[in-house]
Amino acid sequence: MNHLMIAPVVLPLFAGAIMLALGGEQRRNISAALNIVTSLALVAISIILLRAADVAPTGVAGVYRLGDWPAPFAIVFVVDRLATLMLLLTSLLAAAAAVFSLARWHRAGVLFHPLFQFMLMGINGAFLTGDLFNLFVFVEVLLAASYGLALHGSGSARVKAGLHYVVVNLAASLLFLIGVSLIYGVTGTLNMADLATRIPAIRADDRGLLEAGAGILGIAFLVKAGMWPLCFWLPGTYAAAPPPVAAIFAVLTKVGGYIVLRLSLLLFGDGTGASAQFGDQLLLMGGMATVAFGAIGSLASQDMARLAAFSVLVSSGTILTAIGLGQVGVTGAALFYLISSTLGLGAFFLLIELVERDREPGADVLAVTRELYGDEDDSEILQETGIAIPATIGILGVAFISCAVVISGLPPLSGFIAKFAILTTALNSPIDDLPFTTWIFLFLLIVSGLAALIALTRAGIRSFWASPDRTIPRVRLIEITPVAALLLLCAIQTVEAGPIMRFMQATAQSLHAPHDYVRRVLGSPIKPGGSRGPT
Amino acid sequence: MEIVLAIGIGVLAGSGVWLVLRPRTFQVIIGLSLLSYAVNLFIVAMGRLKIDAAPILGSHVGDDMASLPDPLPQALVLTAIVISFATTALFLVVLLASRGLTGTDHVDGREP
Repeated sequence: MNHLMIAPVVLPLFAGAIMLALGGEQRRNISAALNIVTSLALVAISIILLRAADVAPTGVAGVYRLGDWPAPFAIVFVVDRLATLMLLLTSLLAAAAAVFSLARWHRAGVLFHPLFQFMLMGINGAFLTGDLFNLFVFVEVLLAASYGLALHGSGSARVKAGLHYVVVNLAASLLFLIGVSLIYGVTGTLNMADLATRIPAIRADDRGLLEAGAGILGIAFLVKAGMWPLCFWLPGTYAAAPPPVAAIFAVLTKVGGYIVLRLSLLLFGDGTGASAQFGDQLLLMGGMATVAFGAIGSLASQDMARLAAFSVLVSSGTILTAIGLGQVGVTGAALFYLISSTLGLGAFFLLIELVERDREPGADVLAVTRELYGDEDDSEILQETGIAIPATIGILGVAFISCAVVISGLPPLSGFIAKFAILTTALNSPIDDLPFTTWIFLFLLIVSGLAALIALTRAGIRSFWASPDRTIPRVRLIEITPVAALLLLCAIQTVEAGPIMRFMQATAQSLHAPHDYVRRVLGSPIKPGGSRGPT
Repeated sequence: MEIVLAIGIGVLAGSGVWLVLRPRTFQVIIGLSLLSYAVNLFIVAMGRLKIDAAPILGSHVGDDMASLPDPLPQALVLTAIVISFATTALFLVVLLASRGLTGTDHVDGREP
């Protein structure tokens, strides 16, 4: 159990390294098998850690001290409810995307599988670490891998979008460093729990510097989370990325959201002295602007990939606004929404490629040429298509409707429960006391759902009904299964909404009152001379 | 000493920002490099500037910790240098790919 805490980082690292050592594209099958096995193992590990964190009375399953140093002096990994929840979400999406990529996308370029594993390593590390600079390192690991994956398959559209993506994120990383070093200069520590204890005691003259550092750090995370006006790079990159990569990218914006949520509540939550609620107002306003921008953008999108990218912005904005409201209930509901929307969007990114497959310009021509001249290729085509699914269009249609229902937040799937929970918890206080911004948020939440519904319905009609001469896309079982599995998870989240919501509310409680977190990280007394395993 | 370093960081960061906002990819990459130099110097400065202080613990130092510079920013800046160097090299590859595919060095992949 003790060393299981670091497995989400070490396992993908070794898997990726082995794949690199195997080298050569002729051994791609071994890499692919390793990728699937590792991704599934990560799902299992995440579930074990999640259960351990949930039964622990403090909500912290354990603190892994690297090198066994006492807490403020070295890097710690903290396995608490929020971290394990994000781990599970990532590994589920990753497993689905890895299976999906086997159909053909992993052959579109080199080193897909190792990069995939390194990106998982970066994401998992960012969720687990309890140290600000280590967070920077893991974010760089995941970004470096994501640069490679965003360009996977090449082509001028991808390279153009990738160029912007790399520049924006390099600049954001530099801001990250400036923020981290300012905070270090003022407080003298980088351990998040240690920071939480020191910030209330900062001298008044230094507070300006601290807040400047936190603000710059916040900008770096908000670029990753895609808050308006820092999000203009996002739709282009996500729309151009290969579908299995885009599905994982749906979680990347949530990494930014996760860090904002964790740090704002840990460092600037209630009872942290003069800096309490620092930045909440900005998150509230910025989040609402993001929701509005995403909704307008999704209405304006002509193709489905851009529509999905703008839906990512809506989801991100909703979460940021909910963080900005700073109420325990809303945070819990927003976490429920985070899981539901990320699963839905991941499934949608995968599904888009299946639906649009034979509508790409050039692909149609290619198919016709094959039919006319390609007799000798028949065996190869058979191999490519694999098991033919009857009523492909029917299955794709049902999957599309399910995605639309989850993303726009209609009953009966989990998106509706998530939005309903946010609405009820935000309205929980006496109706006269509600600030005007809350009303605007509720209005935006409902209108963005309507906008998503209109945009998705339009896209669905255009691709399923309005083209009588369309060819039925060749879809393999291995491609539709991950989509169906992700949607099934949304259905499970709907059926099991009670226990899951209880877990989310417990997570939100411990986030808003981080004493247990701080005590577990810093607390364990040092036994001189004795060997002290990870606690 | 402080003012020299501050002006140095300021000039590097200012030129870096200006270059990053230019339309040619080569200007952008030089701008990013300058910015990362500025940030690296800034990290060192956040450990407080010290003159004539031993960089590492030695027998001649004794117990006076105040005479030593803060070692942590030095460790941080090493990591930051490596990472920014690696990511800049990666950007260089993307830059060349973009130049090859689009035939222009404009950041948008086409001449305005």
